Amino acid sequence: MKSFLKRVLGMIPVLLGVVLLIFIMLRSIPGNAAAVLMGEHVDPATVERLTRSMGLDDPVPVQFFRYIAGALRGDLGVSYRYDRPVTAMIAEAFPATLQLALLAALFAWALGLAAGIAAAIRQNKLLDRLFMGASLLGVSMPIFMTSLLLQYFLGFRLGWFPLTQEAGNFASMVLPAIALGWNSAGSVARMTRSSLIEVMQADYIDTARAKGLLRGGVILGHALKNSMLPVITMMALQLSSMLSGAVITESIFAIPGIGRLATTAINNRDMPVLQGTVLFTTVLVIAGNLLADLLYSVLDPRIRKEV
Amino acid sequence: MTENERAGAQNVLSLRGLRACFYTEHGVLPAVDGVDLDIPRGKIIGLVGESGCGKSMTARSIMGLLREPGRIAGGQILFDGRDLAQLPEKELRAVCGQQISMVFQEPMTSLNPVLRVGRQVCETLLVHDRSLPRAQARRRVIEMFAKVGIPEPEKRYDCYPHELSGGLRQRVMIAMAMVCRPQLLIADEPTTALDVTIEAQILRLMRALRDETGMSVLIITHNLGVVAEVCDEVYVMYAGKIVEHADTFELFDHPAHPYTRGLLASIPRIGQAAERLHAIPGVVPNLLHLPAGCAFCPRCAEAGEACRTRRPDLTEAAPGHTVRCLQYCAETAERRNA
Repeated sequence: MKSFLKRVLGMIPVLLGVVLLIFIMLRSIPGNAAAVLMGEHVDPATVERLTRSMGLDDPVPVQFFRYIAGALRGDLGVSYRYDRPVTAMIAEAFPATLQLALLAALFAWALGLAAGIAAAIRQNKLLDRLFMGASLLGVSMPIFMTSLLLQYFLGFRLGWFPLTQEAGNFASMVLPAIALGWNSAGSVARMTRSSLIEVMQADYIDTARAKGLLRGGVILGHALKNSMLPVITMMALQLSSMLSGAVITESIFAIPGIGRLATTAINNRDMPVLQGTVLFTTVLVIAGNLLADLLYSVLDPRIRKEV
Repeated sequence: MTENERAGAQNVLSLRGLRACFYTEHGVLPAVDGVDLDIPRGKIIGLVGESGCGKSMTARSIMGLLREPGRIAGGQILFDGRDLAQLPEKELRAVCGQQISMVFQEPMTSLNPVLRVGRQVCETLLVHDRSLPRAQARRRVIEMFAKVGIPEPEKRYDCYPHELSGGLRQRVMIAMAMVCRPQLLIADEPTTALDVTIEAQILRLMRALRDETGMSVLIITHNLGVVAEVCDEVYVMYAGKIVEHADTFELFDHPAHPYTRGLLASIPRIGQAAERLHAIPGVVPNLLHLPAGCAFCPRCAEAGEACRTRRPDLTEAAPGHTVRCLQYCAETAERRNA
């Protein structure tokens, strides 16, 4: 527990570093948010006045600490474009992303684990080659391509699912979930297979068989738990990356989530929103890592003491 | 009464012409090549040989634990009136763990690292008797832990393997093998990974368990010291074949095969300080390219012309003592003629 607390405290410098980095990068992009906000054909004096009122002419360190102080109170600033608190905008966008990520993860893991285990059991047989071929396709196909193919065949040609997301319509979440989960399913399947095959070579597998366990019992009772260690780590990272907004998937399927919020913010040069989303996703990724480590120690008693 | 039934009355397990091969890209490797071996009830039998002579393969064949590309290629494994080599996987697994059990060489890696040791032993009971109440199974495991000399058995039940020493882990393995009261315990190099004091303890434990339960034990080892310590009879194996079989005293007093003599001469003895330790020249032959005659011939100081061309059969050197050597037969023939 003490070491867990240490890990959580260790996140603070990472977060500060990330905020600083975003801050510097966003400030070094040419152009002035105030000018963008006002549109064209505006009197430079007006722009100047707005710049000052938004605090954009303060030295960067001052802006930085003002931001940190606000963030600690849950205040991530106000959107230039929409004049609304960034925290509220993220809170509004997150449920859509959460729903998409959970569905995609469910799809990816169920498919990936099942395919990986089946392939490992039938190692080097037809089923294995078939599944591994498909998973290679999964790993290597870019999301925008998967999305377009899904939209074209399952959405347009067969008409099974809506082309874009509609609020409250579950069927409309199916295609984006598959598109987003496809890559992850491929990598989970491949890692499950290789890890399981490796574990099946271990001495304690012979012990289990010598005890009289049948193949199914050996795999479920002895091999799976050991082989899941690397897979779990990958899954936790996948989930946190899905949660931090699937920029491409959300854009293609018009899902009003975190990813869309970020892309719109970039287009609008809406610094507070962009900063806020990046900070938010950073927290998620770090939390995902932490979760992976925790799960790892639950599964493997040898690591338990160290975490 | 058929011959098999007669053998079954005295012997808990009999191998008849057992062949197990590796099917590799380069050809078929006969790792176990026509092995006949009897394990009498209540006896401790040693199977001795160098690494790669096929002794572990023999043990694994009995348990159906051969790994691809290894497979049983022929012969019989007679146990309890049945041929284990022909048994479907499901029926073989019902025998394994309950009537025949096995202790492996590496106690460090033979236990599942993510499961508590008590549960792993308990599983053996539950696999073979699904109706056994958990609490009762737990009690039996703890009793067995106490019997194999694990201190504080209640507490150890909930330990993970990495929390135990090598000696304790091997005791856990033995408890696992003994918990169903098997008729035959196969121990594949059970003490090789342990230090010498622990080795003696484990061997004594196995002998005590044999005395108490009347089970038979097959000990696979490369160490003649282990044989001298606990075995009643010894089989010496070389290049997939049994080359000599006798009871332990006979073998140590009158080794008949040049290979056995070489093994015995390789044991360091106190008081022999000045001499260089004897080593058998050469290495185990490549099983893909066995010599046309006796497999030991290229390393044998006593080999004659016939040894290069003729494969020797097992012949009787004395009652209950067989040897696979042309020279030995020639020797005895000469002696008899003289």
